[in-house]
Amino acid sequence: MSIELSIINSVTIRDSKVYKNGQLIFKSEPDLVISKFLKGIYRDQNLKYPKFFKMDSLSKFGYLGVEILTNANIQDKETALIFANSASSLETDEAYARTMAEFPSPSLFVYTLPNIMLGEISIRHQLRSENIFLVSEAFDPALFIDYSRGLFQQEKADKVLCGWVNLHNNEYDVFLWEIARSGGIDFNEEELKKLYLPTHE
Amino acid sequence: MSDLHTELKKSIIEQLNLEDMEVSEIENDEHLFGDGLGLDSIDALELIVLLEKDYGIKLTDPNQGKEIFNSINTMADFIEKNRVR
Amino acid sequence: MSRNYLLSDSIISPLGFGTLENLKAIQNFDSALKHHNNSKFFKNGYYAGLIDIERINDEFSKHADPVKYTKLEKLLILSIKQVFDQSNSVDLNATGLIISTTKGNIDLLGTGEFSSDRIYLWKMAKIVAEFFGLKHKPIIVSNACISGALAIKTANDLIEARRFSNAIVAGGDLVSEFVLSGFQSFQAISPKPCRPFSNDREGVSLGEAAAAVLIGPDFSKDQGKIQYIDAVTANDANHISGPSRTGEGLFKSINRLFERNNIESSQIDYLSAHGTATNYNDAMEAIAFDRAGLNNTPVNSLKGYYGHTLGTSALIESIITKHSLLKDKLYASLNFTASGVSKDLNIIQDHENRELSLALKTASGFGGCNLAMLLKKERI
Repeated sequence: MSIELSIINSVTIRDSKVYKNGQLIFKSEPDLVISKFLKGIYRDQNLKYPKFFKMDSLSKFGYLGVEILTNANIQDKETALIFANSASSLETDEAYARTMAEFPSPSLFVYTLPNIMLGEISIRHQLRSENIFLVSEAFDPALFIDYSRGLFQQEKADKVLCGWVNLHNNEYDVFLWEIARSGGIDFNEEELKKLYLPTHE
Repeated sequence: MSDLHTELKKSIIEQLNLEDMEVSEIENDEHLFGDGLGLDSIDALELIVLLEKDYGIKLTDPNQGKEIFNSINTMADFIEKNRVR
Repeated sequence: MSRNYLLSDSIISPLGFGTLENLKAIQNFDSALKHHNNSKFFKNGYYAGLIDIERINDEFSKHADPVKYTKLEKLLILSIKQVFDQSNSVDLNATGLIISTTKGNIDLLGTGEFSSDRIYLWKMAKIVAEFFGLKHKPIIVSNACISGALAIKTANDLIEARRFSNAIVAGGDLVSEFVLSGFQSFQAISPKPCRPFSNDREGVSLGEAAAAVLIGPDFSKDQGKIQYIDAVTANDANHISGPSRTGEGLFKSINRLFERNNIESSQIDYLSAHGTATNYNDAMEAIAFDRAGLNNTPVNSLKGYYGHTLGTSALIESIITKHSLLKDKLYASLNFTASGVSKDLNIIQDHENRELSLALKTASGFGGCNLAMLLKKERI
């Protein structure tokens, strides 16, 4: 009953660097504040999307990752989104909680759910497709594999974008990849782990 | 242009994260929502917070906001009449 | 492919500790929504469904030391315990745990109570899993207000993927200052108990609750059981907090679900809606239901009984839907006065006995997410 699936592209954002399919495509000075690093990627990619500046940092990572992964163009509007992380929206939760002492900020509160990122990506690419946001202690390749296989097997999607987008205490770890029925590396736990934790240098 | 108009434009750009905008790009009579500046419902809520925080004005009826937040001019008028700080 | 069912279940809410107590309260038109004065964000108080901490601790101390667990952990554990107690021979090595929550232990933020990692959803889930000695790492679905039903879908899909042979889906969220102040900053909290779909609705009332259900194959010869048929999600791709004016995502999820399963709207005996009682949400749902041809289908929102229980809401509503089907009973949509939406809906105005077979559960949430799920009674 198992079907063959392929990883066709991947993006990693880690340690002030952005990689696409293993190639370094952007690098900023280390220890830059996250908002500046994110803006640097946005400018470098020549993106024109004013909504970007309204997003919280977690959504910015997700948005930028998808733009780079798909060359800012998702053809198949049924492309499903399966995203996960470890810290949920805690970075923004804490920022919102700081406003609670005086004037609770509605524009921060709205980002205190991790799946808002999926909404942002769906709006940007006009995807009215399957979405899910999962939380696990650490990157769990098998969970992505099991859930996306279900979507393919039940014919709910022909393409899936997966994302591990984690941010907390100014530390971030972003890994996105695209799955299709054919045309790339085998979609299995081993390959996924290799892509997630390669030896770049 | 009054100081209040400029002050409002500055705080709107800052509070609503209109990163790519300059004070000079916002016209006093330009619609803030819809076709104009393109603000949305969350921005409207954030403007309500701004009125309270910076001018001590508490809007109790959210529907009031529609007229007040029509443009920089209407906002400035409302603030002049109602500000407590 | 073997089918999965909604097996033993539990609801822990202000209406009762256990599904039976909850059904009795609903039968009596009781509401969890009471006036409270314990929030600094509401000078004149607010309506919400809160669970008495003393009752939680009383019940919990029968199983473990209440001091060692957070309020939400205790609720989740109590709820799952009830499911275990009703299920013979659940294999701890083959049973998954799927937790549905939006904010978890958010009430701990900045308090210094408990270790700081307790704020992570995975940590909370881990503590619950370890309490029962479940072998599989717990999975957390955190997808705003559709989480509860999406967790049931996830359980079904992961059982099909043979990750485990059955799964407990448990949902929980609290009414915290965090969430109260946030909804208040959205000007979304109703000054009175919420009135879904009514012309005098003024916003949401929040509620807290935990619930759990065992999902898996059923080889028993029991008469009448509730089968999970299928579920579809669809994003509005419109706005991150405001629902689509055209009900696009919700309509799409229902429409796809019907097409995939060769179902006509006329076959749906009961529709369990989301119905938060905000102006825009209820209007959006009515438009989507109208587009899907569900105008005559008996429909209710349970928010008048529970308030909006966030990550638990769609799970509670699925469990009540299960019992509605089993009992052939439609429950009234509490606090409904007169229609306040632009399309005709067949709102259930009084409890009614009626033969039921196929139910549609829907939910929508922030981030533009929508879900539609089919549950069916199987007669032997």
